[in-house]
Amino acid sequence: MKVKLKIWRQENAKAKGSFQTYNFDEVSPEMSFLEMLDAFNTKLITEGKEPVAFDHDCREGICGSCAMYINGHPHGPVSGITTCHLSMRMFKDGETITVEPWRAKAFPVIKDLIIDRTAFDKIQLAGGFISSNVGSAPEAHSMPVIKKNADDAFDAAICIGCGACVAACKNASAMLFVSAKVSQFALLPQGKVEAKERVQKMVAKMDDLGFGNCTNTYACEAECPKEISVTNIARMNREFLCAKVS
Amino acid sequence: MSMKLYSSLTKKYIMSLAGLFLLMFLLVHLTINLLLLFDDSGGLFNVAAHFMGTNPIIQAFQWVLFGGFAIHMLIGVILQIQNWMARPKRYNKRAISEESYFSKFMIHTGIIIFIFLVIHLTDFFVKKIGGVVPEITGGELAGMENMGILVVEKFKNGGYVLFYVTVFLILGFHLDHAFQSAFQSLGLNNNKYTPFIKWLSHFIAIVISIGFITIPVCIYFFK
Amino acid sequence: MTKLDSKIPEGPLAQKWTSYKNKAKLVNPANKKKLDIIVVGTGLAGAGAASSLGELGYNVKNFCYQDSPRRAHSVAAQGGINAAKNYKNDGDSIYRLFYDMIKGGDFRAREANVYRAAEVSNDVIDHFTAMGVPFARDYGGNLDNRSFGGVQVSRTFYAKGQTGQQCLLGTYSSLNRQINKGSVTMFPRREMLDLVLIDGKARGIIVRNLVTGEIERHSAHAVVLASGGYGTVYYLSTLAVNSNASAAWKAHRKGAFFANPSFVQIHPTSIPQLNDYQAKLTLMSESLRNDGRIWTPKEKNDKRHANDIPEEERDYYLERRYPAFGNLVPRDVASRAAKERCDAGYGVGETGLAVNLDFRDAINKQGKKAIEDKYGNLFEMYETITGINPYKEPMRIYPAGHYTMGGLWVDYELMTTIPGLFSIVESNFSDHGANRLGASSLMQASGDGYFIIPYTIGNYLADEIRTPRISTDTLEFDEAENVVKEKIEKLLAIKGTETATSFHKRLGRIMWDYCGMSRNEKGLKKAFDMVKELEKEFWSNLIVPGKGHDLNMELEKAGRVADYFELAELMITDALNRKESCGAHFREESQTPEGEAMRDDKNYMYVAAWESMGKGKLPKLHKEDLVFEEVEVKVRSYK
Repeated sequence: MKVKLKIWRQENAKAKGSFQTYNFDEVSPEMSFLEMLDAFNTKLITEGKEPVAFDHDCREGICGSCAMYINGHPHGPVSGITTCHLSMRMFKDGETITVEPWRAKAFPVIKDLIIDRTAFDKIQLAGGFISSNVGSAPEAHSMPVIKKNADDAFDAAICIGCGACVAACKNASAMLFVSAKVSQFALLPQGKVEAKERVQKMVAKMDDLGFGNCTNTYACEAECPKEISVTNIARMNREFLCAKVS
Repeated sequence: MSMKLYSSLTKKYIMSLAGLFLLMFLLVHLTINLLLLFDDSGGLFNVAAHFMGTNPIIQAFQWVLFGGFAIHMLIGVILQIQNWMARPKRYNKRAISEESYFSKFMIHTGIIIFIFLVIHLTDFFVKKIGGVVPEITGGELAGMENMGILVVEKFKNGGYVLFYVTVFLILGFHLDHAFQSAFQSLGLNNNKYTPFIKWLSHFIAIVISIGFITIPVCIYFFK
Repeated sequence: MTKLDSKIPEGPLAQKWTSYKNKAKLVNPANKKKLDIIVVGTGLAGAGAASSLGELGYNVKNFCYQDSPRRAHSVAAQGGINAAKNYKNDGDSIYRLFYDMIKGGDFRAREANVYRAAEVSNDVIDHFTAMGVPFARDYGGNLDNRSFGGVQVSRTFYAKGQTGQQCLLGTYSSLNRQINKGSVTMFPRREMLDLVLIDGKARGIIVRNLVTGEIERHSAHAVVLASGGYGTVYYLSTLAVNSNASAAWKAHRKGAFFANPSFVQIHPTSIPQLNDYQAKLTLMSESLRNDGRIWTPKEKNDKRHANDIPEEERDYYLERRYPAFGNLVPRDVASRAAKERCDAGYGVGETGLAVNLDFRDAINKQGKKAIEDKYGNLFEMYETITGINPYKEPMRIYPAGHYTMGGLWVDYELMTTIPGLFSIVESNFSDHGANRLGASSLMQASGDGYFIIPYTIGNYLADEIRTPRISTDTLEFDEAENVVKEKIEKLLAIKGTETATSFHKRLGRIMWDYCGMSRNEKGLKKAFDMVKELEKEFWSNLIVPGKGHDLNMELEKAGRVADYFELAELMITDALNRKESCGAHFREESQTPEGEAMRDDKNYMYVAAWESMGKGKLPKLHKEDLVFEEVEVKVRSYK
């Protein structure tokens, strides 16, 4: 099959960047989207051109490296998957595919489709942990956890930190990401000790980094490759409110 | 107020509390307006309007109401500016993935409602304060301002009715997102009750929107 | 002549670690602040080591090539993490866990190390739980566990199919805590390109900043490599596409011995290759073999749809060959059996390189719901990738390169033959012998990082407290940086016509065919020449676009592939040397009449540690004899 690729090319963080359109004819519907880009890059290289730079690593939907805004959706038009799991079967022969980097003030472009997501790390290190030293842990069974809470904590913890929520949100808000971590720890007894401090520090850091506010649009939930629920945002709102008023 | 003064979440709490408060006002306002339809003489409406206009508690509360409006608008604008700033470079191609469609246009619908509010206040409130409202002559209510007449006169104008209807449809869109959104902002999202709250949000939006629209339409066509 | 001293503590097996800890030298807290440690890698082991060393008060610098430490490939481990908690009251114990690992590794691992790994496994679970890792729980609120990878007890703790991710994120959170405190400095998007030795001790590394292309020098009193395995030598593997062996390889070239490089585990249940452009193979959790039945048609080249093949024409070859364990035989056995069937012409799918993994009977027996509860997310993933619905027709699976048991030789303290250079988990060779059992890599990774390296590195650094902070302004650093820069220039200057990926694919193909699941002398010799030939072609016809001082992913790849050629040669050399079959290493010359692997304990009960004599020269073999004090060495049989 053939496709027309309209890709954002930007030489480095300071360069202006623009869209370039390419025709690429050697596409097989069995390829994954990234394999198509690999093949396209090989073509560019042998033609003496610079390949398209993009982040990728595990290619099995779990590391959260790949980050492309494809045809108006983070990770492409299929819900519940990352870019690396997107198959070329999902596109029509002759289709124009627009590929952009995540757009957010807090995620500046480094090169082409590669963005700087250290903002996420900064939020995590502001408080996304339980302060338990190695060697000081009590026997694991000394603290039973209600199964439902454990399951909910897991459902929040599956966030892969890809940033699709920020990319999808019309306000470039990071609430779903932050709330997933806040929720995971708030739901577990181990995390309760620092819960108040944690939510305040993480929210303050998030605000500092220039992410937008939540307008409860829920595009994040719709586009999250791990389908993390916005009930986590509500839980964070609740945690933060309780922390502030108590 | 500095944009950074309150955290993003605190602003959301204020926004939603102010919004819920304004919704209560809308319900009261709607109830009084509907009196126009149930009482041909307009007496009930005038009594209610008079009460609202003279009762000292209500008068004091009026300022709280203005405050609510001011805060809701101010914070809404600040949030919006921050949100725009959070994405300096827009996407070239954008598809729809939002679950709550009207949420995308809260600032737009909000501004339209604000403009309406200014016109509305000039039409009724300012006139009332300025004492240009005709008084009721004769009967038990003699001496009160005849707000009812003022309203009926306005709604005999087709253009005004059309404007009014449009604005309240827009208010409906605003509320449709707003009500359930306030619960989410306040952290009141729960698998058991949220579906009901979402339903209630649609319901309230429709009731308020249709409720306000019914009045000019009835007056225009049937009175 | 041999330089190998494994430093195994005296005393009975169960007391060795305790006695080591009691006698190990300590570093005073005030001195810890003055000691720098470099940790390369942020997987479960690297981030665990960095955070626990930071907690102790050392000044730690942690490096990874990813944009965030959270993306290291530990994230992809699915099945679970073993611990000898015996929560199920089914007779598990540290000894049994140890024994299963030793036996699973086909008696080619060091007893004392394996016992220690089993010993600290319980602490690991306690620690993860305290850090908020959301392991699966039962209705009583206690941790659940399951039987995994064919063992007879339930000792595998899990978080659905994402145990690795959850453990890694827990470790990432503890790392963040230390970064926040300032005890660990994080250097993401950096790739280690050389090790710097001063007076024979590891004192620093040279890294390339992958964003700016700048070559940076970093010094420390000790260096810990937690850089993972070399499975991507096969090009297609279950590893992350950018996983590489360069850090460990550079250490080897600088003097660290490389042990058992030919021991590579081939995982039996991966999604087969679908097209030529494929960059990686996706693993389907081994747990699928608990309910799925593996079969091929009884007829050769049977092109009928799997559902149209009647029961009596299906060959459930694992159940036939290994009636006791059936579909649950260890990974190496299952992989080889699949290869045997496909090579004999019974494979399914268009390529004939796949076998069926069928859930029909399980669905009929337990109901679709039960299967969905257990494997729902895996089935979905399979359908996303292949477009085939496993509820309706069998999955197709094929073995794929997965885990490398071989790695840098380390002693009991996890120190390589270079003083001050430590190597943990997959980058070393130590705990899995010739084959690794399921759910034991997360266990070893966390054990090494959190509970072992903090003690053993202290024992080394106690003698370094008088060494002032190491300057990077020395001849040794100059020299190492120059070598790195020269290599980059050389790669950029070839300006040929073939991409690094293309060379990598060709190398992978040679390795897979001749040094993969089954090896023979003729093939290995042929492969050695082929690799040499291809390497020559690489250095004359490679094309790397762009510049060195810029973000240049092709340049990164080229450097890694260049190292893979050298490593591949060592792997082949090791495979040639080991004329026995053991664990994952199957030499066709050494098999029973029924085609089962045949060990040669008389001649090969040793660790083959290779010393680099320089590029282009044959490496020198050193042997560490394996002594089994506690266990009786037996023939591994799953019949």
